[in-house]
Amino acid sequence: MTDRVAQLVDELHGLCRDVGRRIQVMEVCGTHTVAIFRTGIRSLLPANLRLVSGPGCPVCVTAQRHIDAALELAGRPGVILATYGDMLRVPGRSGSLERLRATGAQVQVVNSARTALDLARANPQSPVVFLGVGFETTAPATAATVLEADRDGVENFSVLMCHKLVVPAMQALLDAGDVPLDGFLAPGHVSVIIGAQAYQPIVAKHRRPVVVAGFEPEQIMRGLLALVRQVAEGRAAVENVYPGVVTADGNRVALELLRRVFVVADAPWRELGVIPQSGLELAAVYRRFDALQRFELALGEDEGHPLCRCGEVITGKAEPSECPAFATACDPLNPIGPCMVSSEGTCAAWYKYNRVQGPGAQRVPEGQR
Amino acid sequence: MCLAVPGKVIECRGDEAVVDLQGSTLRVSRVLTPEADVGSWVLVHAGFAIAQLDEREALETWDYLRQILATEPADSERETQTTDQAPRGEGSPA
Ligand code: SF4
Repeated sequence: MTDRVAQLVDELHGLCRDVGRRIQVMEVCGTHTVAIFRTGIRSLLPANLRLVSGPGCPVCVTAQRHIDAALELAGRPGVILATYGDMLRVPGRSGSLERLRATGAQVQVVNSARTALDLARANPQSPVVFLGVGFETTAPATAATVLEADRDGVENFSVLMCHKLVVPAMQALLDAGDVPLDGFLAPGHVSVIIGAQAYQPIVAKHRRPVVVAGFEPEQIMRGLLALVRQVAEGRAAVENVYPGVVTADGNRVALELLRRVFVVADAPWRELGVIPQSGLELAAVYRRFDALQRFELALGEDEGHPLCRCGEVITGKAEPSECPAFATACDPLNPIGPCMVSSEGTCAAWYKYNRVQGPGAQRVPEGQR
Repeated sequence: MCLAVPGKVIECRGDEAVVDLQGSTLRVSRVLTPEADVGSWVLVHAGFAIAQLDEREALETWDYLRQILATEPADSERETQTTDQAPRGEGSPA
């Protein structure tokens, strides 16, 4: 721990002591969740400051019906399904893409939508379906790739659209009102695209502080400090402690691209149901690149595993250790729910960093004691 | 999955740029950051430069990334193609 972080920790303890009551803050983003565990920040927090993980892991919130559609498409003869590697093991109703690949289906791992487009160019006889997952950080890449496919007439390319929007999910959580939240640590790299001001509606409607922070320990501590300071002062505002990277207005070029290629639509979130205006669909002019339309496929329903409590885990209602399957029937090798599959899932982060002393334990990693 | 990593632009050709990610180079699109030029620092995510950032911020981020890459316990238990391998993992949109 650096001196600067130590000083921030001291300040945070002082402020939390002043507030006195329990303060509950949600870190929305899976990358934050992992960073918070990995750096041992949890163990440094005052007892009355509780961090809960939010629905900010795109792998975890991809609806089962979308995985099922991907499985169905990948199973069709000749189809190449291109996906980010994170999605390979997410369980659908009948297995995962990884298992389907083992039976000979053409499931290709790519690290960019453009690689999927290159695959389509290289295999003009094969339909190439790209599994378009991710929040606003990732969606512009899909948008730019669809434009490129349109420009170059790569007609064997299509996208299974699963992109989601972060702010509507945060609003849905507050609207539901069943988890007391004093504020949000907002995702740094989503904010790079949408800009800090995008959280203004949350502040305006729900009067909760939203602080945009980066991923290094010092930035996370700064973010928590800014949040607790607002709580202490009874304020609610959008604050940006990641100004070297995130601007007030975001990346205008990327936002314009999103507006041009996509329309905002209701979207199903795994375990959370349909959240109004929380997803992206292709705009009418680009609809021919929509995989569901191209293959005349309708989405089914989600059917969660009876044991899995991912839905509660990603809304801050339950901790992974409260799930009866945690570290018994469900572990990273044999995941039941998506929160255990994704390296940024809350259950996986708990399994890896927080399992040693059992439920509620806050393990201090080596070198940070 | 939303993690982006900083890189320095070392070559530009039209919409394409080559960035140096602390030793490994990557071809990325710069359509989202048309102003990025040779010498600029950009955040790279899923094959795209998504923002420009200042050098100090970029180097601090790398200090952190190097630390976690060095201290991360071996991860035999899990899928190899996950975002954990960022910044260089195959298949993660880093
Ligand atoms: S431990 Fe497994 S089954 Fe339980 S909530 Fe997490 S992912 Fe679901």
